[in-house]
Amino acid sequence: MAAISLKINGRVHTVEADPQTPLLYVLSDELRLRGPKFGCGLAQCGACGILLQGKVTRSCVTPVSAVKDQEIITLEGLGTPEQPHALQQAFIDEGAAQCGFCLSGVILTAKALLDEAPKASDEQIRDSFSNVLCRCFAHTRMMRAIKRYQAGLQ
Amino acid sequence: MKSVKSELSRRDFLKTSGALVVSFSAVSMIGPLSVAQGPFDTHPSHVDPEKLDSWLAIAADGSVTAYTGKCDLGQGMYTAQTQLVAEELCVPLDRVKLIQCDTAITPDQGTTSGSQSSPTNFNTRNLAQAAATAREALIAMASAKLAMPADQLRVEDGVVSASDVGTKPGKRVSYGELIGGKHFDITVNANAKRRSTSEWRILGKPVPSMDRVALMTGTFEFVHNVHVPGMVHGRVVRPPDPTATLAHVDHDSVKEIPGVIEVVVRKSFVGVVAEKQWQAAQAAEKLKVTWKPGPKLPPQKVFSDYIRRQPSRDTMLVNSKDVDEKLKAAAKVLHATYFYPYQAHGSIGSSCAVADVQADHATIWSPTQSVYPTQHGISALTGLPLEKVHVIFVRGSGCYGLNAADTVSYDAALLSQAVRRPVRVQLTRKDEFTSENYGSSCVIEQRVAIDTNGAITAWDCESWSASFGGRPGYDTPGNVITGRLAGFEPETVKPRPASEPSEELSNGSNIVPSYLAGCVNGKCAGAGSIRSERVLSRAVSSPFFTGPLRSPLRLQNTFAHECFMDEIAASVKVDPVAYRLQHLTEKRIIDVLKAAAKAADWQARPSPRPQNSRTGTVSGRGVACVAYEGDNGYAALVAEIEVNLASGIVQPRRFVIANDSGPISNPDGLRNQMEGGVLQGMSRALAEEITWDEHHVTSVDWASYNNLPLGIEVPVVECVLLDRPSFEATGAGETAITLAAAAIGNAVFDATGVRIRQAPFTAERIKAALNERTAA
Ligand code: FES
Ligand code: FES
Repeated sequence: MAAISLKINGRVHTVEADPQTPLLYVLSDELRLRGPKFGCGLAQCGACGILLQGKVTRSCVTPVSAVKDQEIITLEGLGTPEQPHALQQAFIDEGAAQCGFCLSGVILTAKALLDEAPKASDEQIRDSFSNVLCRCFAHTRMMRAIKRYQAGLQ
Repeated sequence: MKSVKSELSRRDFLKTSGALVVSFSAVSMIGPLSVAQGPFDTHPSHVDPEKLDSWLAIAADGSVTAYTGKCDLGQGMYTAQTQLVAEELCVPLDRVKLIQCDTAITPDQGTTSGSQSSPTNFNTRNLAQAAATAREALIAMASAKLAMPADQLRVEDGVVSASDVGTKPGKRVSYGELIGGKHFDITVNANAKRRSTSEWRILGKPVPSMDRVALMTGTFEFVHNVHVPGMVHGRVVRPPDPTATLAHVDHDSVKEIPGVIEVVVRKSFVGVVAEKQWQAAQAAEKLKVTWKPGPKLPPQKVFSDYIRRQPSRDTMLVNSKDVDEKLKAAAKVLHATYFYPYQAHGSIGSSCAVADVQADHATIWSPTQSVYPTQHGISALTGLPLEKVHVIFVRGSGCYGLNAADTVSYDAALLSQAVRRPVRVQLTRKDEFTSENYGSSCVIEQRVAIDTNGAITAWDCESWSASFGGRPGYDTPGNVITGRLAGFEPETVKPRPASEPSEELSNGSNIVPSYLAGCVNGKCAGAGSIRSERVLSRAVSSPFFTGPLRSPLRLQNTFAHECFMDEIAASVKVDPVAYRLQHLTEKRIIDVLKAAAKAADWQARPSPRPQNSRTGTVSGRGVACVAYEGDNGYAALVAEIEVNLASGIVQPRRFVIANDSGPISNPDGLRNQMEGGVLQGMSRALAEEITWDEHHVTSVDWASYNNLPLGIEVPVVECVLLDRPSFEATGAGETAITLAAAAIGNAVFDATGVRIRQAPFTAERIKAALNERTAA
C-alpha cells in the first residue's frame, strides 16, 4: 500500500492503494466515479476509457502508480448534466446510445482524436475506433454525433 | 364508483429520489398461485395487479409514481412507459416517476424479454389499463366534487375542469386535491377507455430517451456503480470446461494475498472475497483449484452432423400429410441444409451484481431481466424464505437476452452469505464468455416441390436446435452455471417422438416459414399460401448452456427460411421480392415487404445479378422478411453489399428496413432499435461464433470472439416506420436483427452467385466458396 496523489477532473485526490492496482478500480471503487467502466479488463473494448494528459487511455490496464500527478479527465469531468461539453451535447442531440455502457470509450476517443486532428478524415476516425466496441451497435448515431461535433469545430 | 377510503399512512410511503413510493412491505405474501392475478401474464405475488394502487400513486402535489414489472434494458422502455402513463393521465412527462422491477413494490410481470414489454403494458391490460382506469376514476371524483357531469369535463396537466372553464372559472380541481396521498382502493377496470391514438400528445412522439443526459455525461447509475456501506469484493473461479466438477481447492494458495476475507466453496461453486476488487481479482487468479474434467466436447468441425445424430425431443408444428406425395410429383425439388453457430450475448460490460445476505434477509441489486424469478432462485440458493429476499433491478450493460446477469446475481448472493457482508461481484471477460447461456446452434434442412409454373407446391422443414439450461424461471436455478455448480439440476432435453399437431399453430419461435399456410385442423394461422406443409422441430442436448439471445431461434430459423426462399426464386428465375409476394397472404408482412422494396428502389430481376465481374469488387442486393413470432411485429430488410473477390470480405453499404409494430409509442426509440438491430445482426452474420477445442471454449475475449468494432465502414441504415394505430402494440426490439443474416446472405448470392449456407460469412468462408465456384 502506498499513498498516491491523483489529479482527476481538476481536483487532487490522495488514495491508499497497492501501486499495481489498475487505475479503473481506484476510480470506480475508491472515488466512486461512474464514467469509466469495467468492460473487459484487457484493453480490448474501451469502456474504461479516460483522458490521461489529453490522450485516451484504458484505465483497466494502467497501474495507478503510473499516473501520479498527471491530468486525468473522465466522462463526468468533460462536462456536466447542466453544462455538457459540446461533444456530449452532440451525442445527446443525436440520441447516440442505447444502453450507454460503452460511452466513456466512444466519447473520449473522439475527444482525443479531434483535439489533435480537428480535420480528421473519415479514415482517421475509423482507425481510432478500430478497437472501440459498442455492443448495442449504436454506430450510425455515434458517427453522426462525432461528425456533428467535428463540423462545429471548423 | 367507490370513494377514496383509506388514508395512506406514513409507513406506506418512502421517499426515493423525490418520488412517492407506496410500500407494500407490510403486506404479507400471498401463497404462490393461491389466486389468479390480473387478466394477463402477471405472476401471483404480494403486489396484486388487479388493484389500481399496485400500479399508480398520486401525491398531494399531483406528481405520479408508476410501478412497472417491465424494466429498461437500455432499449428505451423507461421513456416509453413514462410516456404511456403521462399520456393516459394527461399530465406532463416530468410529473411521472417510474419505478421499475423491485420485488418489494412492483407487480410481478415475470421476465422483461421476448419483445413482450410493449404487448404487455401498451395495450388494454396492466400498466396502460391501470393509467386509463386512474384517469376515469379521477374524472368521476371530479364530477362528484364539482357537481358536473363527467362528459362536460376535460383533463389537462393533471387538472380536471369544466370543458367551458372560461365561463366557469371555479369549476376545476387538480389530481392532487382529488386523491393526493390516498389510495384509490379500486380494481383495474378492464373497460376503461384508453386515449385514442388521434388524441395522443406524448405517446407517438419522438421523446428523447430520458437517460440520455446522464449517460452522455457519465453520471448514470449502473449496477456496476452501486455502493453499499461495508461492501467488499468478490470474484468467482469457474471450471475450465462447462461440465467439470470440483476436485480440490488449495486454500493456502492465496494466503499471501493481502485483504482476502474468505475462499468460498459450495459444492462445485468456488469464489473469493476480499476487501478490495484488485485483491479479489488476484486471489481468483492465483487460487489453485483442481477440477474433474467433464466428457470431451464434440469436435466443432463436425458439430452440424453431431447435433443431427443426437436423441431429440420432437415437435410437429404442421403436417398436411401430403408432402411426400407432392415432392414425388413435383416438376422440380430443391433441397438445402443451413447451419447457424452458437453465439454470445457478449455484453460490453462484464456482468456485475451486489448482494447483502444476512442471517434473516437478503437484498440483491441486480441487472436481471427477471427480479421475481431471481428472488425465487436466490431463496433456493440461500435457504432464506422467499419473502425475506428483496431483489432490486439496477440497469446493467445491454444484455440482449440471458447474459450473465442472473448468474452473477447468484454469485453475489452465495459469496455474501458466506461472509455475511455486502459483496459486489464483477465477472471477468472470460467468466462472461465461458459461462453465459449462448444463443443456440441450429441445423435447418428444407425441401420444396415446385410445379411447372415455378410455384411452390409443398414445403418440408426439419430443424435441430441445441439446448441446455435456459432461463431459471421461478424454480430452476440450475439453468445457469452458478446454480448448477451449487448443486441444482438444469433443464435437459428429454427425448420423445413428435405427436401430430392438434392445437392451432403458434409460431413463437418462427420455426414455420412465413410462406406456409400453417393449417391445423382446418384453422390456418400462417402468413403464406402453401398448404402442403410439414414442419418438424427437434431439440437436442447441447454441450454448453444455452438461453435466449436476441431473437432466439427466430433469427436462426429465419436465416434458413429466407435464404432458401431466395434459392427457390433464383432457381425459377423470378425476382425475389415478387416471388415472396406470390406466396404470402398476411397483409402486414406483404406491406412491410413492399415498403422496404419501394424505399430501397428495388429493381425487379432474378438473382444473381447478370454480368457481375469475376474479379475485383462486385455488388449485390438481397431481401428478407418476417412475421416475428408469427404475429408479434413485421419487418422486411433490403441489404446492399459489396464482396471483394480477392479477399472474400463482405462490406454492407446500405440497409433499408421497414417495420410494423402496431401503434408507434416513440418513433425515435423505434428507429434506434431498428438501426442497432440491423447492425448487431450484421455483426452476428459476418463475424460472430463461439469456438472450442476438446475441452474448452476458446472464444474467451474480444480477440478470440469477433465482433465488429465502431471503426468499421458503417453502412447507411434507412428506416421505414409503418404506423398502425388500429392494431395492438407488438414488440420491436427483435424484428430487425432477425433479418440481417438472411438479407446479407441473399445479397452475397446476388453479387457472386455463391450461396453461403453457414453463418458467420467470414472472409475465409466466402473465399473458399468462391474458389470452389472457380474450380467447378
Ligand atoms: S475495460 Fe478497459 S478496455 Fe475494456
Ligand atoms: S450503447 Fe450499449 S454498448 Fe454502446
